[in-house]
Amino acid sequence: MVKFDVRNLSVRFGAFNALKGITIRVNANEILAIIGPSNSGKTTFLRTLNRMNELERAAIMSGTVELDGTPINAISAEALRKRVGMVFALPLPLPLSIFDNAAYGIRMHGGKSKQAVREAVEKALKQAYIWDEVKDRLGESAFKLSGGQQQRLCIARTLAVEPEVILFDEPCSGLDPISTAAIEEAMLKLKSVYTIVLVTNNVKQAARVGDRTAFFLMGDMVEIDKTDKIFTAPSDKRTGDYIMGKFG
Amino acid sequence: MKNSKTTQKIAFFFLLLATLLIILPVGLIVVIIVVKGLPAISWSFIFDMPKDGMRAGGIWPAIVGTICLVAGAVLFALLIGVMAAIYLSEYARDNLLTRIIKLAIVNLSGVPSVIFGLFGLSLFVVFLKFGSSIIAGSLTLGIMVLPIIIAASRVALESVPHSFREVSLSLGASKWQTIRHIVLPNAIPGIMTGTILEIGRAAGETAPILFTVAAFYLPHLPGSIFDQAMALPYHLYVISTQVPNVDEKIRYGTALVLLILVLFVNLVAIIVRSKFRKKKKW
Repeated sequence: MVKFDVRNLSVRFGAFNALKGITIRVNANEILAIIGPSNSGKTTFLRTLNRMNELERAAIMSGTVELDGTPINAISAEALRKRVGMVFALPLPLPLSIFDNAAYGIRMHGGKSKQAVREAVEKALKQAYIWDEVKDRLGESAFKLSGGQQQRLCIARTLAVEPEVILFDEPCSGLDPISTAAIEEAMLKLKSVYTIVLVTNNVKQAARVGDRTAFFLMGDMVEIDKTDKIFTAPSDKRTGDYIMGKFG
Repeated sequence: MKNSKTTQKIAFFFLLLATLLIILPVGLIVVIIVVKGLPAISWSFIFDMPKDGMRAGGIWPAIVGTICLVAGAVLFALLIGVMAAIYLSEYARDNLLTRIIKLAIVNLSGVPSVIFGLFGLSLFVVFLKFGSSIIAGSLTLGIMVLPIIIAASRVALESVPHSFREVSLSLGASKWQTIRHIVLPNAIPGIMTGTILEIGRAAGETAPILFTVAAFYLPHLPGSIFDQAMALPYHLYVISTQVPNVDEKIRYGTALVLLILVLFVNLVAIIVRSKFRKKKKW
């Protein structure tokens, strides 16, 4: 089943063409990994899917992006972002307690009793493998956690809203190998329920968790295929060169 | 080498001297007012009505008047100022209109206080028919402190990290929810700093209240915000220059009370600010 159907997507920031006509389909319950050097448009692509690019006033978009067959511009930004969650490159807790961080999204959408919020927070913290570490200190500031814990809290915060799709924007770029492994493990478990798009600078991470992998270069999508195929027999020489570490 | 070190020492000495000179007037003001005013301070001086043409009795109505004026001015200026600052820093695009608004704010802060007094007289007292009243005086003082409150609020709002806004929006919160729950609470300490600065100015200014509220001699408390009231800075002016044979200690006592009052109001604001700072978790 196709979750996101992106056709001929171009995004421009002023005179800079960040994406040049990308066509891509994201299937439900897969992990789509996107690799490529910096400035290749990976993050811009990700931020198109939940309409975060609109926050930049200079951004101009063309082409169509459909979520479950509905153009995303026909959905309000708030409703879209409730269905399409995002985890940022750096751990970005809000200046609130651990509990309030995890509960933030649910509370903003409203309509849930205190008990229901509490249950949803616990469930999300468990899904992000951080419950055991924080269950006794939920009232403490989220900034007291380590970087890896903060990032898992951010994942829990996104999960608590119960989106359909989660966009990961280089979620492990600032983390140690153990925290990275914990987050990758979480992702692999989550894909049974969620659709995941993972942008990563770490080629090996794409190989470990991606069902399919797309290679972006200078605003173009060079190729997309099953992860095994991309890493063993890429059809484009540039993909092979990038994976081998010849550039990037 | 030795020569350059000596030069440096001399330079440091003069820089230190200049800095110490700043302490001098502050210290002298406080010492003179405390020494000359303290003998006048008593319960009856603070809580009694003035008597004998202000040559005896207390200054209670002036204290109450000043508290009412400052409270009204700060309330009005915070309400309008914070809303304007939110609009300017969160919503407004950079266009001709917002540039005119920003220019107006800058110019407003350069207007002499006596002009605010005349403006308040013509708009609130005469045109809006409030008469000489606490509300007219408060609004006039409020407009006077507005530019600083707006400027401080804008800086405070803009210093809240952009990433907090992005995170909040990415979780499906609306722009207003983001401002209400994330941006504004984290901007409050900065807004309070601007407010604290302006409380002292609002309490001490004479010119803006001269035509809009201040009563020369009114030995009873105001009954409503549409009544005239006495105010400490104007009362001080009156007993210092307009009424003959006022005991020196009454004049300095009045000044001391004004100082303490401003200090006290600032203290409250500082406590509120530190409470919000403690809540700040980054």
